[in-house]
Amino acid sequence: MSTTAELLKGAAELFPGEVVTQAHVRHFDLPLGAGRFALITLDNGHDHTKPTTLGPQSLANIDAAIDQVEKEAADGEIVGVGVTGKPFIFAVGADLKGVELLKRHEDALAIGKGGHDVFKRLSKLAVPTFAYYNGASMGGGVEVGLHCTYRTVSAALPAFSLPEVFLGLVPGWGGCTLLPNLIGAEKAVSVIIENSLNQNRQLKGKQVYELGIADALFEGADFLEQSLIWTASVLKGEITVERPAIDRGEAWDQAVAKGRFIADSKVHGAAPAAYRALDIIAAAKDGDLQKGYDAEDRALADLIMGGELRAGIYAFNLVQKRGKRPAGAPDKNLARPVTKVGVVGAGLMASQLALLFLRRLEVPVVLTDIDQERIDKGVGYVHAEIDKLLGKGRINQDKANRLKALVTGVLDKAEGFADADFVIEAVFEEMGVKQQVFAEVEAVAPAHAILATNTSSLSVSEMASKLRHPERVVGFHFFNPVAVLPLLEIVRGEKTDDASLATAFGVAKKLKKTAVLVKDAPAFVVNRILTRFMGEIQNVIDEGTPVEVAEKAVEPLGLPMSPLVLLELVGPAIGLHVSETLNRAFPDRFTVSPNLKAVVEAGKRGFYVYDSGKPELDPEVAALLKQGDTVLTEEQVRERVLDAVAQEIGLMLDEGVVAEAQDIDLCLITGAGWPFHLGGITPYLDREGVSERVNGKRFLEPGVASVPA
Amino acid sequence: MPRTVRDVVFVDGVRTPFGKAGPKGIYHETRADDLVVKAIRELLRRNPGLDPKKIDEVAVAATTQIGDQGLTIGRTAGILAGLPQSVPGYSIDRMCAGALTAVTTVAGSVAFGAYDVAIAGGVEHMGRHPMGEGVDPNPRFVSEKLVDESALFMGMTAENLHDRYPSITKQRADEYAVRSQEKAAKAYANGKIQADLVPVSVRRTSPEGGETGWGLVTADEPMRPGTTLENLAGLKTPFRVHGRVTAGNAAGLNDGATASVIASEDFARENGLPVKMRLVSYSFAGVEPEVMGYGPIPATEKALAQAGLSIDDIGLFEINEAFAVQVLAFLEHYGIADDDARVNQYGGAIAFGHPLASSGVRLMTQLARQFEEQPHVRYGLTTMCVGFGMGATVIWENPHFEGDK
Repeated sequence: MSTTAELLKGAAELFPGEVVTQAHVRHFDLPLGAGRFALITLDNGHDHTKPTTLGPQSLANIDAAIDQVEKEAADGEIVGVGVTGKPFIFAVGADLKGVELLKRHEDALAIGKGGHDVFKRLSKLAVPTFAYYNGASMGGGVEVGLHCTYRTVSAALPAFSLPEVFLGLVPGWGGCTLLPNLIGAEKAVSVIIENSLNQNRQLKGKQVYELGIADALFEGADFLEQSLIWTASVLKGEITVERPAIDRGEAWDQAVAKGRFIADSKVHGAAPAAYRALDIIAAAKDGDLQKGYDAEDRALADLIMGGELRAGIYAFNLVQKRGKRPAGAPDKNLARPVTKVGVVGAGLMASQLALLFLRRLEVPVVLTDIDQERIDKGVGYVHAEIDKLLGKGRINQDKANRLKALVTGVLDKAEGFADADFVIEAVFEEMGVKQQVFAEVEAVAPAHAILATNTSSLSVSEMASKLRHPERVVGFHFFNPVAVLPLLEIVRGEKTDDASLATAFGVAKKLKKTAVLVKDAPAFVVNRILTRFMGEIQNVIDEGTPVEVAEKAVEPLGLPMSPLVLLELVGPAIGLHVSETLNRAFPDRFTVSPNLKAVVEAGKRGFYVYDSGKPELDPEVAALLKQGDTVLTEEQVRERVLDAVAQEIGLMLDEGVVAEAQDIDLCLITGAGWPFHLGGITPYLDREGVSERVNGKRFLEPGVASVPA
Repeated sequence: MPRTVRDVVFVDGVRTPFGKAGPKGIYHETRADDLVVKAIRELLRRNPGLDPKKIDEVAVAATTQIGDQGLTIGRTAGILAGLPQSVPGYSIDRMCAGALTAVTTVAGSVAFGAYDVAIAGGVEHMGRHPMGEGVDPNPRFVSEKLVDESALFMGMTAENLHDRYPSITKQRADEYAVRSQEKAAKAYANGKIQADLVPVSVRRTSPEGGETGWGLVTADEPMRPGTTLENLAGLKTPFRVHGRVTAGNAAGLNDGATASVIASEDFARENGLPVKMRLVSYSFAGVEPEVMGYGPIPATEKALAQAGLSIDDIGLFEINEAFAVQVLAFLEHYGIADDDARVNQYGGAIAFGHPLASSGVRLMTQLARQFEEQPHVRYGLTTMCVGFGMGATVIWENPHFEGDK
């Protein structure tokens, strides 16, 4: 048994649950009389809904297949070797479940080395090798092909990426080293760093070809046939593959520098993966592949043993799994059909909601408001947005006609809502107003209609309390911008019944939102945590810490934006309103910042001016600030803020605001854009010892979002 | 409105390699519609002068029009092949003569002026759709003795044809079959067949049929080069005890697809498309269903009469070899020797296989190639027998004909 085979055997023993991919070897004669060919098909034996992954036993199978073709190539029995995948899937990379199980650095090292040892054999056969990217190709799947001599790609390929950095890894089976050596550092940085950090953006087949990753592009209908005919031509010397020369001069360094800039702007140095990948890309400039592979092995092992990756995988699984099967949602069979939607209010938020319901549900949506002018404006907004979609080619004229015909506005709620199944209000955030609106709606809407509120901080139960049928009221809390942030907090009021809740979850699914069930508690989840977080920042500023120190204190978390920039985005007035609500509920923990009040009263919409191109404290704001004389260091501020967050989450879990810490993290990831490397936040609080310090215990058992014990 | 009948030409034809039906066959895990799609795309690649937008019709034949051969496969295959949505399509069925009928039907429309150019072909995946799948014959056929009970079983009809021609012995049929295999092997050796085949990628997940994974099919699977009379002598006669019809002197059960481009001659010339054959006449005829193999004889009589030709004017024959006896009956009827050099020069369905509704275009593609090589020949014909007692014949003129030199 070779050392590689032994290495993989050991790794496979650590991962008994692997979905094993077979590497089938099949021989046939190429067209054009080009000779006998061996084609390896990677196939896990399942259909496309379970994409092919590459765990240790899978790698061992590929290794064995290469043993076979290596000998045939050496003996002159074949003229070339190809690799392709099962229908619709090439291979989507390492099996993350196996990575989660790894406990020791040497085991992590073995995974990296095992992949390298197997894949690099593809570049050392006595005959040329060809990868045919027939379908989804990610991570290690992409890397299999990078080790081949030539590559073709299907124009029908929907997703191609090196997503490792997105998760907290580096493309460590050759990707960091081979890709820049194939297409140059600039394009490699764009694929490895930029795409990964842009919500894991995927390439399509045509782009894979245009980037120079693949040497030929063929349509999906006969992709493999044309790839093999092309292969025959290449082998016969009728086609010579020419690749543009790579700039190994200054452009290489500039590309790496640009990568660092992108990484800084996205993770602010808080997550190591992008930087480790960039280090390897930078070093790959000299073309020394083995040195690069060794560096990949080390980076991979370090990252696998690090908390950021574990948090990243945890976060990924939350979004992919828990986000699609919400914890605590009632039986979906209880849900009632929603064939018409009413929206109370025709302001911007209401109009955005109308657009969303319209596009996703494709049922009549009727807006009401207190005067015709507002209604016309709301309907006009929706029509304009539909026209934008039409202009961009996202929908065709027929669809635009259909959607426009579905949205209407009427003054008379009785006329608008008489046959609505779901009515959502997005009126002014005041209990009296909302109760009044619901009373009016209840008077005219059918008895089964769901009454939903988009309130961000008011009590859903109280809002329902004066109705004859409070059981059909649910909170339906979206996050701004509605079209961008996936989170939808679904709030169960005291009397909300299962059928209404199931209907709400059913609607959320159709809206393609990540729904999380939340108890009717002040400000629910995201706003409560963010407000506590912001509150502590404001407190330390009010007490005397300079604004820039307070802002910088939380930079090591790598949040999407600094606290005050976030407050600007939310709007200081709304921030103040939520803090007042929470202050009423929990006066011992939530303060109302006098400085924030002053800023709002002065009509300021933000704290910064951007005249110089970067944010600088607005002198007018600076003049308003009244600070004490307690000056904390960044570290002290950070500790205080994190302690507050840990305490608040601990209390929320005690109160049963959500079922588990996982829901808190899912909310923060999808509603506030908190990063994967924090795992939302509780894995980070556990990792940094904050949970232990504040609550005397971790939020998550070791191994859930960290290296298992 | 005065109308002028237009000359119709066979521009080009291709096919997939034919496979053996069944779990070990090369196409066992390949969809029928995908086979047609590959053939259509190959036609488009080979004929860059044919603007897909100008295609007026896609006629695809299949005998069993359900599953992956259903859903109006002419239309779906067009979309799957990447033809513009503006190109219509339909399905056709005349059992074994499906593709032939697709050609004549679109040819009629071209002649009439309704189309300038069309794609016509056929498919039969007899592995996924065994003969008789889902059929529901009207009980009156039997109760009123409208047809003999053997009519639905093609092998039995072949035995019946042997009865009609007592001089056609099993020995003669086997000799014919051996020659068919020899001619096909020779045609392969000379590269006459491969040039009109489109390679097809095939997946195999069950090791029953051989190596698993993706493979590429570039040659006909059913061929049995080196077949001898001795090999054939011992084969069973499954359709009749002490009968004459065996698996060796008949076509097998096969999977495959064909496609051709049929155009008005003017359109072909204006668009720089090849003109491989010119349509002279076509005809269909019915016979007693229980001797369906007799069908080519009256069909050919009609087609010759229409064209004002005699059998002596025909320089090349492509006769579908559903059964050796059916070819031999035709030859006997017309007084042509069993081993006449004009007949099935490249061998026939006994060697290549006969995926029912696809075969007609294979005959035409092979005839077209023979025309090109034999400019001294002016006329050729393609003919086949059809289940339930029919025959189908198309007479073609060789555009390369150089006159009587």
